Amino acid sequence: MSSEWPLWEVFIRGQHGLNHRHVGSLHAPDAEMAIRHARDVYTRRNEGVSIWAVKSEDIAASSPSEKGPLFDPANDKVYRHPTFYDIPDEVGHM
Amino acid sequence: MYAQMVKTDGKGIKPREEMTPEEQRFQDRIDAGEKIEPKEWMPEAYRQNLIRQIGQHAHSEIVGQLPEGNWITRAPTLERKAILLAKVQDEAGHGLYLYCAAETLGVSRDELTEALLSGKMKYSSIFNYPTLNWADIGAVGWLVDGAAIMNQVPLQRTSFGPYSRAMIRICKEESFHQRQGYDIMMKMARGTPEQREMAQDALDRYWYPSLMMFGPSDKDSVHSAQSMAWKIKINTNDELRQKFVDQTVPQAKYLGLTIPDPELKWNEEKGGHDFSEPDWSEFYAVLKGNGPCNRDRLEARQNAWEDGRWFRDGLVAHAKKADARRAAARVAAE
Amino acid sequence: MPSLPDVMTPDAEALAKAAGNGARAPLAAGTLAHDLFTGLTRLGDNALILGHRVSEWCGHAPVLEEDIALANVALDLIGQTQLWLGLAGEVEGRGRSADNLAFLRDAWHFSNILLVERPNRDFGHTLMRQFLFDAWHQPMLKALEDSNDARIAEIAAKAGKEVAYHLERSADLVIRLGDGTEESHARMQDALERLWPWTGEAFVADDIDLRLAEAGLMPAPESLRPVWDATLTEVLSEATLTTPDSTFAHTGGKQGRHTEDMGHILSSMQWLQRAYPGATW
Repeated sequence: MSSEWPLWEVFIRGQHGLNHRHVGSLHAPDAEMAIRHARDVYTRRNEGVSIWAVKSEDIAASSPSEKGPLFDPANDKVYRHPTFYDIPDEVGHM
Repeated sequence: MYAQMVKTDGKGIKPREEMTPEEQRFQDRIDAGEKIEPKEWMPEAYRQNLIRQIGQHAHSEIVGQLPEGNWITRAPTLERKAILLAKVQDEAGHGLYLYCAAETLGVSRDELTEALLSGKMKYSSIFNYPTLNWADIGAVGWLVDGAAIMNQVPLQRTSFGPYSRAMIRICKEESFHQRQGYDIMMKMARGTPEQREMAQDALDRYWYPSLMMFGPSDKDSVHSAQSMAWKIKINTNDELRQKFVDQTVPQAKYLGLTIPDPELKWNEEKGGHDFSEPDWSEFYAVLKGNGPCNRDRLEARQNAWEDGRWFRDGLVAHAKKADARRAAARVAAE
Repeated sequence: MPSLPDVMTPDAEALAKAAGNGARAPLAAGTLAHDLFTGLTRLGDNALILGHRVSEWCGHAPVLEEDIALANVALDLIGQTQLWLGLAGEVEGRGRSADNLAFLRDAWHFSNILLVERPNRDFGHTLMRQFLFDAWHQPMLKALEDSNDARIAEIAAKAGKEVAYHLERSADLVIRLGDGTEESHARMQDALERLWPWTGEAFVADDIDLRLAEAGLMPAPESLRPVWDATLTEVLSEATLTTPDSTFAHTGGKQGRHTEDMGHILSSMQWLQRAYPGATW
């Protein structure tokens, strides 16, 4: 078994009563650990902050700013092919 | 700090008349200073280049933990130990932010990690040099972080939103890195004769590798031109290298240390220093895998990944069990 | 700080001065100042040596998020070291700083419990060692908040907040890995069994502990056992791990008799300070 930890989006509300703000993402096996990791990674353990963690795949997002084909990463994984990683010629075989 | 490895698909800048309407709109948005966000349309080559550049940048942060981590257990005071630990921890954090930025382009962190460990993707060659005495920790902060910052500050304006935001956060956190390095150098350069010797030795070994960090001259490179048109590269390698030398010379003088370049001198006409080129054959040798530490660095990362597999899998298994138990409890309650 | 007997005789001071750095006349054994100095170095050395061990993982952890989290733990412990050893130096009154105590004492003057010097081995062993220590450290600091010495209470309150989080983290990971895959379970059970004989020392009192407890400066070691037992019972059962059926405990660390590992830890940790005496870093 080898499965990647899911990606979470982290939202933090500081001490001053402002709304939760998106601060970044991280990987964690479940929600509880996502919150703990968020504390370690994004607050360096400031007291008195409120943390939300949401699975990235559960976020519904508006359409992109421009019309035109919506690029869905899941449909176009060119990066899965080794040839995607174009190594400079000078470097030689690797 | 990974300009040296950035390369586009090699076709150079596409002339406007050859662009599709989408590509034209895309270029117009970039020219207008708009940020490109993950789900918006982008040319495939732009996406590929960004994944490669951000991925290499992230890998460099992670591999970059190793040469400095080499001294954590030997730091000479409790405060130096704490500072160094915090700095190496920051590098892990920076790697994490950058991987997340790359992930918005549709590649996963594990895929990027596997590409690093198999040698398909590269990291900055500077980390293939060893840290041999305590002054190296100073030199890495002063010169290596100094060179990195020179590249990272303009990248805050890069066209891809998540990359730009990661760079803003990184630059904010990195401001102390170069300073703490220089602080170590000052203590060493003004310390005992042995400490002075260590400081000069560190500068002697790290000077040319630091100049190499900016990559070979690219003023005529079509690859760089496309990256610059897309604003995923902001300055040429030579511009940044010149800026770095001009910034560093007075700092070395202040320390009373000698930059190991007899040709180094101020050129009034160009308003900058003339200096010797690094040995580019060494640069290519290190890129090919023949630096002093290439094998050890990669092996350390491979071991961390392989030895940690049971840990990562164990936590996934627990999360699944806990989920199943919660679901069963809900069913029982209904 | 309640008044301590003055043991700093002029003779001892003169002797210390004459002897130079690192070789000062020790406080007289059996005095309260000596007891307090020893009690404080026990706290400081635990934090220092465990912090050192944990810091060895930096850059090598199984996943980035854990690398960062573990570095936070190490940073907390090094910070606590500075406070405890700083106070120890102050109580000693011989002009030794926290750095002097950390980098210029030899192994037999270190008084950490043996548990914290055990090697990291795999990540599970490191986490189990952390949990077994945190489960003692947390109630220890809680009790120290009631110390008659306000300086001790203050440090304990600050460290206590950090360590409450260490315990939450290490306990949770022990549970998850114990109740994870077959392999993670086996590794955690193995770690528990390997570390078990090194856990009892924290609860064994010597005369110094008893006098410190009597003076209301530090808790009696055995008074922490019920809380430790309760934490272990709860966490290990949820982790589906079996508590070893043995009460045997290695002791000696608190009195300066260490394992072979200690010399290796110090030979890297103290190397620069030892090789270049008197240098400023």
